Amino acid sequence: MSALSAHARPAIAHGMRLQWEPAQEAHVLLYPEGMVKLNGSAGAILARCDGVRTVAEIVADLERAFATADLTADVTAFVELALERRWLELRA
Amino acid sequence: MRVGPPLWLLLELTYRCPLHCVFCYNPTEFAALGAELPASEWMRVLREARALGAVQLGLSGGEPLARDDLEPIVAEAHALGFYTNLITSGVGMTEERIRALKSAGLDHIQLSFQDSTRELNDFLSSTRTFDLKARVAELIRRYDYPMVLNVVLHRLNIDHVGEILAMAESLGAQYVELANTQYYGWAWLNRAHLLPSRAQLERAEEVTRAFRARVGSRMQIYFVVPDYFETRPKACMNGLGSVFLAIAPDGTALPCHAARMLPGLEFPNVREHDVRSIWYDSAAFNHFRGEAWMKEPCRSCPERQRDFGGCRCQAYLLTGDATNADPVCELAPHHHLVTAAVAEAERGVAAGTSALVFRDHRISIAVEPRRGAPPAR
Repeated sequence: MSALSAHARPAIAHGMRLQWEPAQEAHVLLYPEGMVKLNGSAGAILARCDGVRTVAEIVADLERAFATADLTADVTAFVELALERRWLELRA
Repeated sequence: MRVGPPLWLLLELTYRCPLHCVFCYNPTEFAALGAELPASEWMRVLREARALGAVQLGLSGGEPLARDDLEPIVAEAHALGFYTNLITSGVGMTEERIRALKSAGLDHIQLSFQDSTRELNDFLSSTRTFDLKARVAELIRRYDYPMVLNVVLHRLNIDHVGEILAMAESLGAQYVELANTQYYGWAWLNRAHLLPSRAQLERAEEVTRAFRARVGSRMQIYFVVPDYFETRPKACMNGLGSVFLAIAPDGTALPCHAARMLPGLEFPNVREHDVRSIWYDSAAFNHFRGEAWMKEPCRSCPERQRDFGGCRCQAYLLTGDATNADPVCELAPHHHLVTAAVAEAERGVAAGTSALVFRDHRISIAVEPRRGAPPAR
Protein backbone atom coordinates (compact mmCIF):
# COMPACT_ATOMS: atom_id res chain seq x y z
CA MET A 1 0.00 0.00 0.00
CA SER A 2 1.58 3.27 -1.04
CA ALA A 3 0.63 6.72 -2.24
CA LEU A 4 -2.79 6.83 -0.62
CA SER A 5 -4.93 9.33 -2.49
CA ALA A 6 -6.29 12.30 -0.56
CA HIS A 7 -9.59 11.55 -2.32
CA ALA A 8 -9.80 7.99 -1.03
CA ARG A 9 -12.75 7.21 1.24
CA PRO A 10 -11.69 4.81 3.98
CA ALA A 11 -14.26 2.86 5.96
CA ILE A 12 -14.09 0.38 8.82
CA ALA A 13 -13.52 -2.96 7.11
CA HIS A 14 -16.30 -5.45 6.65
CA GLY A 15 -16.67 -7.70 9.71
CA MET A 16 -14.97 -5.18 12.00
CA ARG A 17 -16.65 -2.92 14.47
CA LEU A 18 -15.40 0.24 16.08
CA GLN A 19 -16.96 1.24 19.36
CA TRP A 20 -16.28 3.39 22.39
CA GLU A 21 -15.81 1.32 25.54
CA PRO A 22 -16.36 3.32 28.74
CA ALA A 23 -14.70 0.61 30.87
CA GLN A 24 -11.49 0.98 28.86
CA GLU A 25 -11.92 4.71 28.24
CA ALA A 26 -10.95 4.02 24.66
CA HIS A 27 -12.21 3.20 21.22
CA VAL A 28 -11.76 -0.48 20.51
CA LEU A 29 -11.79 -2.28 17.21
CA LEU A 30 -13.58 -5.59 17.39
CA TYR A 31 -13.19 -8.40 14.90
CA PRO A 32 -13.53 -12.18 14.87
CA GLU A 33 -12.10 -13.33 18.19
CA GLY A 34 -9.93 -10.27 18.51
CA MET A 35 -9.85 -6.77 19.84
CA VAL A 36 -7.50 -3.81 19.55
CA LYS A 37 -7.58 -1.05 22.09
CA LEU A 38 -6.84 2.17 20.26
CA ASN A 39 -4.96 5.16 21.56
CA GLY A 40 -6.62 8.55 21.40
CA SER A 41 -5.40 9.64 17.99
CA ALA A 42 -6.00 6.26 16.34
CA GLY A 43 -9.52 6.25 17.77
CA ALA A 44 -10.14 9.81 16.55
CA ILE A 45 -9.02 8.92 13.03
CA LEU A 46 -10.92 5.64 12.75
CA ALA A 47 -14.08 7.19 14.17
CA ARG A 48 -14.08 9.49 11.12
CA CYS A 49 -13.53 6.72 8.57
CA ASP A 50 -17.15 6.33 7.50
CA GLY A 51 -16.68 5.58 3.81
CA VAL A 52 -18.14 8.96 2.96
CA ARG A 53 -15.43 11.41 4.00
CA THR A 54 -12.21 11.53 2.00
CA VAL A 55 -8.79 11.40 3.64
CA ALA A 56 -8.45 15.14 2.94
CA GLU A 57 -11.77 15.81 4.69
CA ILE A 58 -10.80 13.64 7.64
CA VAL A 59 -7.53 15.55 7.98
CA ALA A 60 -9.35 18.89 7.84
CA ASP A 61 -11.88 17.73 10.41
CA LEU A 62 -9.16 16.51 12.79
CA GLU A 63 -7.18 19.73 12.39
CA ARG A 64 -10.31 21.66 13.33
CA ALA A 65 -11.22 19.37 16.22
CA PHE A 66 -7.75 19.44 17.74
CA ALA A 67 -6.95 23.03 16.73
CA THR A 68 -3.78 22.03 14.97
CA ALA A 69 -2.28 21.92 11.46
CA ASP A 70 -0.13 19.68 9.31
CA LEU A 71 -1.81 16.37 10.20
CA THR A 72 -1.80 15.10 6.62
CA ALA A 73 1.35 13.01 6.90
CA ASP A 74 0.40 11.45 10.25
CA VAL A 75 -3.16 10.67 9.22
CA THR A 76 -2.10 9.27 5.86
CA ALA A 77 0.52 7.06 7.47
CA PHE A 78 -1.99 5.72 9.98
CA VAL A 79 -4.67 5.10 7.36
CA GLU A 80 -2.13 3.21 5.25
CA LEU A 81 -1.17 1.10 8.25
CA ALA A 82 -4.82 0.45 9.05
CA LEU A 83 -5.48 -0.58 5.45
CA GLU A 84 -2.53 -2.93 5.57
CA ARG A 85 -3.87 -4.48 8.78
CA ARG A 86 -7.32 -4.67 7.21
CA TRP A 87 -8.90 -2.50 9.85
CA LEU A 88 -9.96 -0.20 7.04
CA GLU A 89 -11.00 -0.67 3.45
CA LEU A 90 -11.53 1.88 0.69
CA ARG A 91 -14.96 2.74 -0.66
CA ALA A 92 -15.50 3.86 -4.21
CA MET B 1 -2.48 -5.17 41.93
CA ARG B 2 -5.12 -3.38 39.92
CA VAL B 3 -7.62 -5.82 38.46
CA GLY B 4 -9.01 -4.87 35.05
CA PRO B 5 -12.38 -5.89 33.64
CA PRO B 6 -13.14 -9.34 32.17
CA LEU B 7 -12.90 -8.16 28.56
CA TRP B 8 -13.38 -11.65 27.15
CA LEU B 9 -16.43 -13.59 28.16
CA LEU B 10 -16.92 -17.20 27.10
CA LEU B 11 -20.28 -18.83 27.65
CA GLU B 12 -20.16 -22.59 27.34
CA LEU B 13 -23.88 -22.88 26.80
CA THR B 14 -24.02 -26.66 26.91
CA TYR B 15 -21.76 -29.69 27.07
CA ARG B 16 -24.13 -31.53 24.77
CA CYS B 17 -22.46 -32.20 21.45
CA PRO B 18 -23.31 -34.46 18.54
CA LEU B 19 -19.61 -35.05 17.89
CA HIS B 20 -17.28 -37.31 19.87
CA CYS B 21 -13.91 -35.69 19.23
CA VAL B 22 -10.90 -37.39 20.75
CA PHE B 23 -9.16 -34.03 21.34
CA CYS B 24 -12.03 -32.24 23.07
CA TYR B 25 -10.90 -30.04 25.96
CA ASN B 26 -14.21 -30.31 27.80
CA PRO B 27 -13.91 -31.94 31.21
CA THR B 28 -14.06 -35.73 30.96
CA GLU B 29 -16.65 -35.69 33.74
CA PHE B 30 -18.97 -33.31 31.84
CA ALA B 31 -21.94 -35.67 32.05
CA ALA B 32 -21.83 -35.61 35.86
CA LEU B 33 -21.98 -31.82 36.11
CA GLY B 34 -25.11 -29.87 36.96
CA ALA B 35 -28.02 -28.75 34.80
CA GLU B 36 -27.57 -26.09 32.12
CA LEU B 37 -28.52 -22.53 32.92
CA PRO B 38 -31.77 -21.36 31.35
CA ALA B 39 -31.64 -18.51 28.80
CA SER B 40 -32.90 -16.01 31.37
CA GLU B 41 -29.84 -16.70 33.53
CA TRP B 42 -27.45 -16.46 30.59
CA MET B 43 -28.99 -13.09 29.76
CA ARG B 44 -28.47 -11.88 33.30
CA VAL B 45 -24.82 -12.98 33.10
CA LEU B 46 -24.50 -11.06 29.83
CA ARG B 47 -25.91 -7.89 31.36
CA GLU B 48 -23.73 -8.11 34.46
CA ALA B 49 -20.55 -8.88 32.54
CA ARG B 50 -21.20 -6.13 29.98
CA ALA B 51 -21.67 -3.64 32.80
CA LEU B 52 -18.16 -4.55 33.99
CA GLY B 53 -16.74 -3.93 30.51
CA ALA B 54 -16.85 -7.37 28.86
CA VAL B 55 -17.01 -6.84 25.11
CA GLN B 56 -15.78 -9.93 23.24
CA LEU B 57 -18.22 -12.79 23.63
CA GLY B 58 -17.61 -16.40 22.71
CA LEU B 59 -20.57 -18.76 22.55
CA SER B 60 -19.36 -22.32 22.63
CA GLY B 61 -19.89 -25.62 24.35
CA GLY B 62 -20.24 -28.50 23.58
CA GLU B 63 -22.16 -27.53 20.52
CA PRO B 64 -23.97 -24.23 21.16
CA LEU B 65 -26.44 -24.97 18.35
CA ALA B 66 -27.72 -27.82 20.53
CA ARG B 67 -29.57 -25.10 22.43
CA ASP B 68 -32.75 -24.02 20.71
CA ASP B 69 -32.67 -20.73 22.63
CA LEU B 70 -29.32 -19.65 21.17
CA GLU B 71 -30.95 -16.97 19.02
CA PRO B 72 -32.52 -14.94 21.88
CA ILE B 73 -29.23 -15.19 23.80
CA VAL B 74 -27.38 -13.77 20.78
CA ALA B 75 -29.99 -11.04 20.40
CA GLU B 76 -29.53 -9.97 24.02
CA ALA B 77 -25.74 -9.97 23.66
CA HIS B 78 -25.92 -7.91 20.49
CA ALA B 79 -28.29 -5.39 22.05
CA LEU B 80 -25.83 -4.99 24.93
CA GLY B 81 -22.96 -4.16 22.56
CA PHE B 82 -20.99 -7.41 22.62
CA TYR B 83 -19.08 -8.58 19.58
CA THR B 84 -20.58 -12.04 19.29
CA ASN B 85 -18.61 -15.08 18.12
CA LEU B 86 -20.27 -18.45 17.61
CA ILE B 87 -17.84 -21.34 17.91
CA THR B 88 -19.46 -24.31 16.28
CA SER B 89 -18.97 -27.64 14.58
CA GLY B 90 -21.81 -26.60 12.29
CA VAL B 91 -23.96 -29.54 13.31
CA GLY B 92 -27.45 -28.17 13.82
CA MET B 93 -26.95 -25.19 11.52
CA THR B 94 -29.71 -24.73 8.98
CA GLU B 95 -30.61 -21.88 6.68
CA GLU B 96 -33.46 -21.00 9.01
CA ARG B 97 -31.16 -20.78 12.00
CA ILE B 98 -28.40 -18.81 10.30
CA ARG B 99 -31.00 -16.33 9.07
CA ALA B 100 -32.33 -15.96 12.61
CA LEU B 101 -28.82 -15.62 14.05
CA LYS B 102 -27.96 -12.98 11.47
CA SER B 103 -31.02 -10.95 12.31
CA ALA B 104 -30.28 -11.41 16.03
CA GLY B 105 -26.98 -9.62 15.34
CA LEU B 106 -24.46 -12.46 15.39
CA ASP B 107 -21.13 -11.01 14.24
CA HIS B 108 -19.04 -14.04 13.46
CA ILE B 109 -19.05 -17.79 13.08
CA GLN B 110 -15.99 -19.98 13.57
CA LEU B 111 -16.50 -23.36 11.96
CA SER B 112 -14.40 -26.32 13.04
CA PHE B 113 -13.20 -29.07 10.77
CA GLN B 114 -11.54 -32.19 12.05
CA ASP B 115 -9.64 -32.87 8.82
CA SER B 116 -9.66 -32.34 5.08
CA THR B 117 -10.83 -35.82 4.23
CA ARG B 118 -14.28 -37.14 4.83
CA GLU B 119 -12.91 -40.36 6.24
CA LEU B 120 -10.67 -38.84 8.86
CA ASN B 121 -13.07 -36.02 9.74
CA ASP B 122 -15.76 -38.55 10.40
CA PHE B 123 -13.49 -40.97 12.22
CA LEU B 124 -11.96 -38.36 14.52
CA SER B 125 -15.31 -36.96 15.49
CA SER B 126 -16.96 -40.37 15.28
CA THR B 127 -19.75 -39.01 13.11
CA ARG B 128 -20.67 -38.43 9.51
CA THR B 129 -20.40 -34.70 9.37
CA PHE B 130 -18.01 -33.70 6.64
CA ASP B 131 -20.60 -33.00 3.93
CA LEU B 132 -22.68 -31.14 6.44
CA LYS B 133 -19.73 -28.89 7.29
CA ALA B 134 -19.17 -28.09 3.65
CA ARG B 135 -22.85 -27.09 3.39
CA VAL B 136 -22.56 -24.93 6.52
CA ALA B 137 -19.48 -23.23 5.07
CA GLU B 138 -21.60 -22.36 2.05
CA LEU B 139 -24.31 -20.90 4.32
CA ILE B 140 -21.70 -18.86 6.18
CA ARG B 141 -20.50 -17.43 2.88
CA ARG B 142 -24.00 -16.75 1.62
CA TYR B 143 -24.98 -14.93 4.81
CA ASP B 144 -21.99 -12.66 4.39
CA TYR B 145 -19.92 -13.79 7.35
CA PRO B 146 -16.15 -13.87 7.18
CA MET B 147 -15.08 -17.47 6.61
CA VAL B 148 -13.11 -18.50 9.68
CA LEU B 149 -12.12 -22.13 9.93
CA ASN B 150 -10.54 -23.91 12.83
CA VAL B 151 -8.83 -27.24 12.47
CA VAL B 152 -7.37 -28.97 15.49
CA LEU B 153 -4.11 -30.65 14.52
CA HIS B 154 -2.54 -33.74 16.03
CA ARG B 155 -0.54 -36.80 15.12
CA LEU B 156 -3.37 -38.37 13.09
CA ASN B 157 -4.08 -35.43 10.79
CA ILE B 158 -1.06 -33.12 10.87
CA ASP B 159 0.42 -34.80 7.79
CA HIS B 160 -2.67 -33.63 5.87
CA VAL B 161 -2.05 -29.96 6.54
CA GLY B 162 -1.51 -29.23 2.82
CA GLU B 163 -4.87 -30.82 1.96
CA ILE B 164 -6.49 -29.04 4.89
CA LEU B 165 -5.26 -25.68 3.62
CA ALA B 166 -6.35 -26.51 0.07
CA MET B 167 -9.81 -27.37 1.38
CA ALA B 168 -9.90 -24.10 3.32
CA GLU B 169 -8.95 -22.20 0.19
CA SER B 170 -11.64 -23.90 -1.86
CA LEU B 171 -14.19 -22.92 0.79
CA GLY B 172 -13.11 -19.30 0.50
CA ALA B 173 -11.59 -19.13 3.98
CA GLN B 174 -10.23 -15.75 5.03
CA TYR B 175 -8.83 -16.97 8.34
CA VAL B 176 -7.65 -20.45 9.15
CA GLU B 177 -6.54 -21.46 12.57
CA LEU B 178 -4.39 -24.57 12.59
CA ALA B 179 -4.47 -25.21 16.29
CA ASN B 180 -2.34 -28.03 17.56
CA THR B 181 -4.09 -29.96 20.27
CA GLN B 182 -3.68 -28.75 23.82
CA TYR B 183 -3.69 -31.56 26.30
CA TYR B 184 -6.66 -31.11 28.61
CA GLY B 185 -9.87 -33.06 29.06
CA TRP B 186 -10.34 -35.78 26.47
CA ALA B 187 -7.16 -34.79 24.66
CA TRP B 188 -5.22 -35.48 27.87
CA LEU B 189 -6.66 -38.99 28.00
CA ASN B 190 -5.61 -39.52 24.39
CA ARG B 191 -2.26 -37.75 24.49
CA ALA B 192 -0.19 -40.77 23.49
CA HIS B 193 -2.19 -40.99 20.27
CA LEU B 194 -2.31 -37.30 19.52
CA LEU B 195 1.11 -35.81 20.21
CA PRO B 196 2.92 -35.53 16.86
CA SER B 197 6.58 -36.18 16.26
CA ARG B 198 8.94 -33.25 15.75
CA ALA B 199 9.46 -34.26 12.12
CA GLN B 200 5.69 -34.19 11.53
CA LEU B 201 5.49 -30.76 13.10
CA GLU B 202 8.37 -29.37 11.07
CA ARG B 203 6.91 -30.69 7.82
CA ALA B 204 3.55 -29.16 8.65
CA GLU B 205 5.16 -25.81 9.41
CA GLU B 206 7.08 -25.95 6.15
CA VAL B 207 3.93 -26.76 4.15
CA THR B 208 2.13 -23.90 5.90
CA ARG B 209 4.95 -21.46 5.12
CA ALA B 210 4.91 -22.40 1.44
CA PHE B 211 1.12 -22.10 1.31
CA ARG B 212 1.23 -18.67 2.95
CA ALA B 213 3.78 -17.50 0.43
CA ARG B 214 1.49 -18.60 -2.39
CA VAL B 215 -1.81 -17.13 -1.19
CA GLY B 216 -0.40 -13.95 0.34
CA SER B 217 -2.77 -11.81 2.39
CA ARG B 218 -5.89 -13.37 0.82
CA MET B 219 -5.90 -15.98 3.57
CA GLN B 220 -4.54 -15.45 7.04
CA ILE B 221 -3.23 -18.62 8.57
CA TYR B 222 -2.46 -19.01 12.24
CA PHE B 223 -0.33 -21.99 13.11
CA VAL B 224 -0.49 -22.68 16.83
CA VAL B 225 2.51 -24.81 17.77
CA PRO B 226 1.88 -27.53 20.35
CA ASP B 227 3.41 -26.08 23.45
CA TYR B 228 5.15 -29.35 24.36
CA PHE B 229 7.66 -28.43 21.64
CA GLU B 230 8.34 -24.98 23.03
CA THR B 231 11.02 -23.95 25.49
CA ARG B 232 8.94 -21.28 27.15
CA PRO B 233 5.33 -21.60 28.29
CA LYS B 234 2.35 -19.80 26.81
CA ALA B 235 1.09 -16.73 28.67
CA CYS B 236 -2.02 -18.72 29.41
CA MET B 237 -5.13 -16.51 29.59
CA ASN B 238 -2.74 -13.59 30.03
CA GLY B 239 -2.66 -14.79 33.63
CA LEU B 240 -5.70 -16.29 35.35
CA GLY B 241 -8.25 -13.67 36.37
CA SER B 242 -6.71 -11.02 34.14
CA VAL B 243 -9.05 -10.61 31.14
CA PHE B 244 -10.87 -13.90 30.59
CA LEU B 245 -14.03 -15.18 32.22
CA ALA B 246 -15.67 -18.48 31.26
CA ILE B 247 -19.04 -19.67 32.47
CA ALA B 248 -19.61 -23.42 32.26
CA PRO B 249 -23.05 -24.83 31.32
CA ASP B 250 -23.94 -25.37 34.98
CA GLY B 251 -23.15 -21.74 35.82
CA THR B 252 -19.72 -22.32 37.34
CA ALA B 253 -17.52 -19.29 36.73
CA LEU B 254 -13.97 -20.17 35.72
CA PRO B 255 -10.84 -18.11 34.93
CA CYS B 256 -10.14 -20.59 32.10
CA HIS B 257 -12.46 -23.17 30.61
CA ALA B 258 -10.19 -25.97 31.88
CA ALA B 259 -9.70 -24.55 35.39
CA ARG B 260 -12.39 -26.63 37.06
CA MET B 261 -9.74 -29.32 37.59
CA LEU B 262 -7.61 -27.09 39.84
CA PRO B 263 -7.76 -28.43 43.41
CA GLY B 264 -8.58 -26.45 46.51
CA LEU B 265 -10.51 -23.73 44.71
CA GLU B 266 -14.25 -23.24 45.14
CA PHE B 267 -15.32 -21.75 41.85
CA PRO B 268 -18.38 -19.57 42.37
CA ASN B 269 -21.60 -20.17 40.48
CA VAL B 270 -23.55 -17.42 38.73
CA ARG B 271 -26.73 -18.93 40.17
CA GLU B 272 -25.57 -17.73 43.59
CA HIS B 273 -23.32 -14.75 42.92
CA ASP B 274 -23.33 -11.77 40.62
CA VAL B 275 -20.56 -11.45 38.05
CA ARG B 276 -18.98 -8.43 39.71
CA SER B 277 -18.45 -10.15 43.04
CA ILE B 278 -17.25 -13.31 41.27
CA TRP B 279 -14.67 -11.42 39.22
CA TYR B 280 -13.39 -8.97 41.81
CA ASP B 281 -14.07 -10.52 45.20
CA SER B 282 -14.12 -14.32 45.02
CA ALA B 283 -11.19 -16.21 46.51
CA ALA B 284 -11.01 -18.49 43.48
CA PHE B 285 -10.55 -15.63 40.99
CA ASN B 286 -8.03 -13.85 43.20
CA HIS B 287 -5.99 -16.95 43.93
CA PHE B 288 -3.73 -16.90 40.89
CA ARG B 289 -3.66 -13.15 40.38
CA GLY B 290 -0.33 -11.45 40.96
CA GLU B 291 2.76 -13.40 41.89
CA ALA B 292 2.26 -14.40 45.52
CA TRP B 293 1.31 -17.96 44.52
CA MET B 294 4.48 -18.53 42.49
CA LYS B 295 7.24 -20.90 43.46
CA GLU B 296 10.80 -20.87 42.22
CA PRO B 297 11.99 -20.65 39.50
CA CYS B 298 9.02 -18.47 38.48
CA ARG B 299 9.08 -16.27 41.57
CA SER B 300 12.45 -14.72 40.70
CA CYS B 301 12.27 -15.24 36.93
CA PRO B 302 12.78 -12.10 34.83
CA GLU B 303 10.16 -13.46 32.40
CA ARG B 304 7.39 -13.96 34.98
CA GLN B 305 5.50 -10.86 33.87
CA ARG B 306 5.57 -12.06 30.29
CA ASP B 307 4.27 -15.60 30.69
CA PHE B 308 2.92 -15.66 34.27
CA GLY B 309 4.53 -19.05 34.81
CA GLY B 310 2.54 -20.60 31.96
CA CYS B 311 -0.57 -22.69 32.36
CA ARG B 312 -1.77 -23.63 35.85
CA CYS B 313 -3.85 -26.53 34.52
CA GLN B 314 -0.89 -27.97 32.65
CA ALA B 315 1.30 -27.63 35.74
CA TYR B 316 -1.35 -29.47 37.73
CA LEU B 317 -2.02 -32.21 35.19
CA LEU B 318 1.67 -32.96 34.71
CA THR B 319 3.07 -32.46 38.22
CA GLY B 320 0.09 -32.68 40.57
CA ASP B 321 0.76 -29.15 41.88
CA ALA B 322 -0.83 -26.17 40.15
CA THR B 323 1.72 -23.74 41.63
CA ASN B 324 4.67 -25.38 39.90
CA ALA B 325 6.20 -23.79 36.84
CA ASP B 326 4.50 -25.02 33.67
CA PRO B 327 6.69 -28.00 32.69
CA VAL B 328 6.74 -26.73 29.11
CA CYS B 329 9.32 -24.18 30.31
CA GLU B 330 12.87 -25.50 29.94
CA LEU B 331 13.70 -23.77 33.23
CA ALA B 332 11.01 -25.75 35.07
CA PRO B 333 12.14 -28.56 37.39
CA HIS B 334 9.54 -30.83 35.75
CA HIS B 335 10.49 -30.04 32.16
CA HIS B 336 11.67 -33.65 31.78
CA LEU B 337 8.01 -34.75 31.87
CA VAL B 338 7.41 -32.83 28.66
CA THR B 339 10.62 -33.91 26.96
CA ALA B 340 9.79 -37.51 27.90
CA ALA B 341 6.37 -37.21 26.27
CA VAL B 342 7.95 -35.72 23.14
CA ALA B 343 10.59 -38.48 23.09
CA GLU B 344 7.82 -41.06 23.36
CA ALA B 345 6.02 -39.43 20.44
CA GLU B 346 9.25 -39.75 18.43
CA ARG B 347 9.13 -43.49 18.95
CA GLY B 348 5.52 -43.71 17.79
CA VAL B 349 2.46 -44.94 19.62
CA ALA B 350 3.71 -47.72 21.87
CA ALA B 351 2.27 -51.21 21.71
CA GLY B 352 -0.14 -51.66 24.58
CA THR B 353 -1.32 -48.05 24.56
CA SER B 354 -5.00 -48.08 25.43
CA ALA B 355 -7.38 -47.32 22.56
CA LEU B 356 -8.44 -43.82 21.59
CA VAL B 357 -11.24 -42.64 23.86
CA PHE B 358 -14.01 -40.81 22.03
CA ARG B 359 -15.79 -38.04 23.94
CA ASP B 360 -19.03 -39.69 24.93
CA HIS B 361 -21.77 -39.27 27.49
CA ARG B 362 -21.61 -42.84 28.75
CA ILE B 363 -17.84 -42.84 29.02
CA SER B 364 -17.98 -39.49 30.76
CA ILE B 365 -20.10 -40.99 33.50
CA ALA B 366 -17.74 -43.94 33.85
CA VAL B 367 -14.41 -42.17 33.66
CA GLU B 368 -12.67 -40.94 36.80
CA PRO B 369 -11.65 -37.31 36.63
CA ARG B 370 -7.92 -37.58 35.98
CA ARG B 371 -5.97 -35.28 38.17
CA GLY B 372 -2.22 -35.29 38.46
CA ALA B 373 -1.99 -38.66 36.74
CA PRO B 374 -0.41 -39.23 33.35
CA PRO B 375 -2.69 -40.07 30.44
CA ALA B 376 -4.15 -43.55 30.35
CA ARG B 377 -1.59 -46.02 29.09
